[in-house]
Amino acid sequence: MGDRGDLGFRLAIGAVALLVVAVVVGIGVLLVRQSWLSIQEFGVRFWLTRTWDPVAGEFGALAFVWGTLYSSILALLIATPIALGIAVFISELSPVVLRGPLTFLTELLAAIPSIVYGLWGIFVLIPLVRSLQAATPESIKALPFFSGPPFGVGMLSAGLILAVMVIPFTSSVAREVLKTVPVAQREAAYALGATRFEAIRAAMFFARTGIVGAVMLGFGRALGETMAVTMVIGNRPNITLSLFEQQHTMAAVIANEFTEATGDLYLHALIEIGLVLFVITLIVNAGSRVLIWAMGRTRTPQLAAAPAAAGAAA
Amino acid sequence: MMIRRYGLAACLMAAVMVAACGGNQPQTSEQGAAAPGSPVQINGAGATFPNPIYSKWFAEYHKRHPEIQINYQPIGSGGGIRQLTSRTVFFGASDMPMKDDDLKAAPGPILHFPTVLGAVVPIYNLMGVTDLKFTGPLLADIYLGKVKKWNDPAIAKANPGVKLPSTDIAVVHRSEGSGTTFIFVDYLAKVSPEFKDKVGVNASVNWPTGIGGKGNEGVAGLVSQTPGALGYVELIYALQNNIAFGAVQNAAGDFVKASPDAVTKAAAGANIPEDFRVSITNASGAGAYPISSFTYLLLYQEPTDKVQGKAMVDFVRWAAADGQKFATELGYAPLPQNVAAQELKSLEKIKVS
Amino acid sequence: MTYGMRRRIVSAMFVGACALSVLIALVPLAMILFFVVREGIQSLNVALFTQMPRPVGETGGGMLNAFVGTLILTALGASAAVPIGIVSGIFMSEYKGSRFAVAVRFAADTLNGVPSIVVGIFAYGIAVLPFRQFSALAGGVALGIMMIPIVARTTEELLLLVPGALREGALALGATRARAVFTVIVPAALPGIVTGILLALARIAGETAPLLFTSFNNQFFSTNLRQPISSATVQIYTYATSPYVDQHRQAWAAALVLVAFVFVCSLAARFVTARVQRLRG
Repeated sequence: MGDRGDLGFRLAIGAVALLVVAVVVGIGVLLVRQSWLSIQEFGVRFWLTRTWDPVAGEFGALAFVWGTLYSSILALLIATPIALGIAVFISELSPVVLRGPLTFLTELLAAIPSIVYGLWGIFVLIPLVRSLQAATPESIKALPFFSGPPFGVGMLSAGLILAVMVIPFTSSVAREVLKTVPVAQREAAYALGATRFEAIRAAMFFARTGIVGAVMLGFGRALGETMAVTMVIGNRPNITLSLFEQQHTMAAVIANEFTEATGDLYLHALIEIGLVLFVITLIVNAGSRVLIWAMGRTRTPQLAAAPAAAGAAA
Repeated sequence: MMIRRYGLAACLMAAVMVAACGGNQPQTSEQGAAAPGSPVQINGAGATFPNPIYSKWFAEYHKRHPEIQINYQPIGSGGGIRQLTSRTVFFGASDMPMKDDDLKAAPGPILHFPTVLGAVVPIYNLMGVTDLKFTGPLLADIYLGKVKKWNDPAIAKANPGVKLPSTDIAVVHRSEGSGTTFIFVDYLAKVSPEFKDKVGVNASVNWPTGIGGKGNEGVAGLVSQTPGALGYVELIYALQNNIAFGAVQNAAGDFVKASPDAVTKAAAGANIPEDFRVSITNASGAGAYPISSFTYLLLYQEPTDKVQGKAMVDFVRWAAADGQKFATELGYAPLPQNVAAQELKSLEKIKVS
Repeated sequence: MTYGMRRRIVSAMFVGACALSVLIALVPLAMILFFVVREGIQSLNVALFTQMPRPVGETGGGMLNAFVGTLILTALGASAAVPIGIVSGIFMSEYKGSRFAVAVRFAADTLNGVPSIVVGIFAYGIAVLPFRQFSALAGGVALGIMMIPIVARTTEELLLLVPGALREGALALGATRARAVFTVIVPAALPGIVTGILLALARIAGETAPLLFTSFNNQFFSTNLRQPISSATVQIYTYATSPYVDQHRQAWAAALVLVAFVFVCSLAARFVTARVQRLRG
């Protein structure tokens, strides 16, 4: 009787757990079905054309891919050193009494809703960036990275905001990763006369797979961010190296044009962009988890749950 | 013991859900008028161009008929047409008359009802400069990206004696499908063959240059916050937010600053077809404002919900008569008498019983 | 300079750089909090919570419908996500070796990383289009989907931390697996689960993108789940991108309310965790 009851229990809660899988599969299926017209019509050309012309029915998503990648990579470049610095500081260097408050503060950074970031971005960051752009000397403005009139709205603002949003993710996972480096390893380093820097460097080298995983997780976060980006990036399909110019991202174009995509082809084109966003974030997140898991294979289960902790703090 | 506690919480939550579902049930039915006092909630979406007056109208109408709630969301004319044809909203609103193809593709015949007339004005943000004048071809060239700086000779020519700074022009346009865009590019295409060729006329166009703002509100917001910006919005957005706007040269050669009067002059003498789909941009006639337009409410001729249908018909009847008095104070021009009369006749086509 | 001195200098610089990065990260946090508090506090008044929005262009009014809408949407999302999440978490921890549990874990982590705009597209497809209606329910579906993986993974993680002795004791006393889980293991992990739920609530209350084309927006007060509903986040977006200064004012105030809510949830979560750790000794 106990066994049958246990089986019933397993089936019952298994059925509920199945829902989670069903939702993920359902998302994939719906995205493919509702983007079919666009996939059929444009095929691979969709991702190589930069023309986004709803009037002529010509849709090419290259500009959005460019903007998404550029803004996310820019965010990574800014955020990663800072996030790793924070992780190292909190786990290795800070006085114990500061650890709690510092962790809390970084979690707070992750918990602020993206719409509040966007609001702050419009009224505080953009005027700041605008003055920064206006004050740029002409010699720097000649470079392709800094060309364009100083409007504040543009790739630089988007990159900065994304960097701030990514920092807590990367740093909290990196912290978890560093925690699982065996104490013996560090003690050995100090016993051999290493300075703090050298011992920590050794620990980070030991944890390098996990740290790469943490960085990738931050990258995945930046790829999918919508509201804060659309409020500061200028919403203009534009392929340019310039940080000062307005550009567009995949998530932002969906948010802006979804409710008014007249005609099925237009809507399907937008959903195709959503499909690719879904697939890319799936790959990046899965990849990051594999890396973190690979690092934690002989460690405690806390490590495997690190992304969940990061997610819960999100 | 724990299960009982969870069970209780679950029951409470279920009860709350059921209560919330039951309450505020909108009166929807296939036949018959709503019983007086039972709430009717109608959802509509569309143009941001008339949003200030629609917002006022729906609030005022709700005061007069508390059981009727008309929830209007300004998402742009393109959005209004899209949601209407998907039937996810009951009525749409657009400054751009629907194209023949879109009308054919709709699940049922759709009728246009003009509500007010408005003006699209060029707004700008230049310290110390007010009262700029623009010619049509000049605006086209700015939006084509050919005129890039404020002290360009073309702008100086139209504004003799005005001290123009050398700042770049931050061109602002709509990021989404917009009837306001349609009105604006409709005018630009009429005065600049190059613009017509390169950009074309539609609610959403491939802009050669510029920053995208969402809605009239977004464009107004961007222009007022960005020094050196130039954008186009409905007149009321410039008035309500104290944003400087320029005069535009009309077909007769006058530089006209938009006003309800000038807009009325643009509509005078226009030939209004039976379905009301007409363009009145680049009107000739002294004092006529060249970037004027009707704006329309879009209703299905055979609504799926008769109660909501009847409520909307009553509303449009009120808007075409009593509602017009709110128009001028919000910067819109009231409907010409003949158009209002024609509209009342057209309302009878809608099957509400 | 000896080699040793150089090493020590490098190390000191490194330590300094790490401390600096902490400060750098705190700057935007301080700036955001500062501006939200300074701008928001000026406009925080009773009217914000008790009045409805005024017609466009008029000053005054409040965001009553928006705050109520956020509460309703969050409650809707939680009412689905909490049971599904907790049960899935239980499954993943109880049968953690099985292949199906691995699949569920992978699905939950994937769902966690799906961009919120994509969840919005999905919710539009299953909850708006078939009914031809924007609705609070559709918005609740979107938010619920986002909440499930957070609750599931935190539940799983916490259940795994429950000492094996508790479970073995329950089973040794003759309990069925179901009874052991629901009467012994879950209650032991309950404070942590509640923490996870609190944090998840804070997260979804601040979501905007998935609501844009599910719950849409509504300028009237509505508790009808089958009609569009206003929400604080969508309203902040609408107000922030408008030119009306009065609306900007209200946007800041609403942002302050949101941030305060998130702050309180985070503090409460920390408090619960700390208390549990103290009790466990």
